[in-house]
Amino acid sequence: MQLFRAVLLRLATTAVTLSGVALIVFVVIRVVPGNPIAMMLPPGATDADIARLTAQYGLDKAIPEQFFIWASGVLHGDFGVSITARQPVLDLVLGRLPATLELSIMALVIACVLGGAAALTGTRGRGTGAEAAIDIANGVALSIPDFLWGLVLVLLFGVLMPVFHISGRVTPSLDLPFVTNFYLFESVARLRFDLWADIVSHMFLPALALAIPLAAIIGQLLKQSLKETMHLDYVTLARTKGYGENHVILREALRNAVLPTLTLVGVQFTFLIGGTVIIERLFSYEGPGEHGD
Amino acid sequence: MSFLQVNGLSARLRGAGVPLLRGVSLEVASGEVRGLVGESGAGKSMIGKAILGILPKAVEVTAGEILLDGMDLLVLPPRARRARIGATCALIPQDPLTALNPSRRIAPQIIDRLVDILGWDRGRALARAEELLGEVHIPDPVRVLRAYPHELSGGMRQRILIASAFAAEPKLIVADEPTTALDVTVQKQVLKLIAEMQARHGTALLFVTHDLGVVSKVCDRLSVLYAGLVVEDADVRSFFAAPRHAYSRALLAATPKHTDPAASLVPVPDAVIAAVQDEVAAVDRRARHG
Ligand SMILES: Nc1ncnc2c1ncn2[C@@H]1O[C@H](COP(=O)(O)OP(=O)(O)O)[C@@H](O)[C@H]1O
Ligand SMILES: [Mg+2]
Repeated sequence: MQLFRAVLLRLATTAVTLSGVALIVFVVIRVVPGNPIAMMLPPGATDADIARLTAQYGLDKAIPEQFFIWASGVLHGDFGVSITARQPVLDLVLGRLPATLELSIMALVIACVLGGAAALTGTRGRGTGAEAAIDIANGVALSIPDFLWGLVLVLLFGVLMPVFHISGRVTPSLDLPFVTNFYLFESVARLRFDLWADIVSHMFLPALALAIPLAAIIGQLLKQSLKETMHLDYVTLARTKGYGENHVILREALRNAVLPTLTLVGVQFTFLIGGTVIIERLFSYEGPGEHGD
Repeated sequence: MSFLQVNGLSARLRGAGVPLLRGVSLEVASGEVRGLVGESGAGKSMIGKAILGILPKAVEVTAGEILLDGMDLLVLPPRARRARIGATCALIPQDPLTALNPSRRIAPQIIDRLVDILGWDRGRALARAEELLGEVHIPDPVRVLRAYPHELSGGMRQRILIASAFAAEPKLIVADEPTTALDVTVQKQVLKLIAEMQARHGTALLFVTHDLGVVSKVCDRLSVLYAGLVVEDADVRSFFAAPRHAYSRALLAATPKHTDPAASLVPVPDAVIAAVQDEVAAVDRRARHG
């Protein structure tokens, strides 16, 4: 019951937030300089042409009225038509969102594995050279942005040692039986592991580039929490029972130390989905980030 | 021979070299209860931690031996030492609120040592856990075994930790101020419970406390510690009749008495502190030159 109420409350606040964001974005885009009609017409268009098209798109109306028209459309499931691509906005976004989602999830999984391994190794060897090495690696990973990691990875594993694909989502000559745009998941569901391998080989480098800075954040935070947890009384008590370091870290400390990291990962994942644009460009990977040429 | 025998144990802070234990010797025979008393910071917990192999990394042992059943723990490789301690010793910790893992249920926290270290099968270990909770007077053991620590009161958790300490029938239990963190109302019950369990199982018990009143109730012998130095080692009856060391006498005078509250809480006189500090300095000099 309490959970139900919490979910309702969260949904209500989300609706309010979304309305606010929609209003602000709408107004800002309408008041900044740049006329969408001018972009659509060839250079020699007459004033009459411009006026006709402006009226056709409703751009002559007052901004509040325009917002109202757009908002009522959205409430009926009509997100309008992209002026540049001349396709329904919903199709554009939904068509490419799966690619971005898959890339983000893959990046998140890699980041958790790398970050978790770094945190556990650093905790195991705390106070020794191993921890210092992990700290340095974390610092380097964090101070270089994902697109530079992308370039480095392209150079290393695409050019010097070409073991991964560096462009696209899948080899174009392959025959794809997919009905959804979730290539990665659908290839698994259809047990087409040949395609799956090809898809993973395409997404691995961009996902790794996105994952490296995130792995560093995860590694640092989890290692810090683990170190604090290792001093707690129940961990010490477990040692007196005869358990060694590995057991104590994995069974006594990890589960209690992982909570702040999980929260962080949740927040970072939304940033990740929103921050794939440059990497998708770099690797010519299709997704909403690629939209808008 | 005593089950636990600590001989000339010295420890210091790594790097800074500050001495924490100064040639501590004490022994606990099977079935015997030894009190370890001293002011806060005297190094009582440090002795317990050294015995159980859980000294902080910042502390290093510089001399001495810790014999369990005649075998020196300090010369054993880490793994063998851990296994030996886990199989023969147990700790009743100070703060029951922090000594249970909040994300694990009670049952696995009691039986883990039995199953993982001593190789019992789970069914037998669970039955044993249930029986033990009965022994420490916990009603409805089955429910408690399934509970998480936060669902239980501090007194209840301390009972569980006591049960858990006795689970593997250890030869030696170190109880580090086991009632300090508890409500005054449950302190007495828990104290009684520890004494009762110790008597029933015949375990050697090293009872760390700063309260001489408690020592007079539960201990057979006691060691008085000042700044990591044992200043007196006596049996309880003769100690309370006539403490030999001036510091012990002052400590006894500073202990609250129910019979005569007005005479209680006399602070340890400066002259006594100065004398015992001289003694400590002399020990340090001898350690440096010898
Ligand atoms: N983790 C630690 N690192 C360094 N010094 C410590 C640590 N724990 C305790 N000490 C020091 O060791 C001395 C003895 O502490 P402790 O054995 O806990 O005293 P007691 O249990 O008698 O109150 C104190 O002076 C304390 O400051
Ligand atoms: Mg202490």
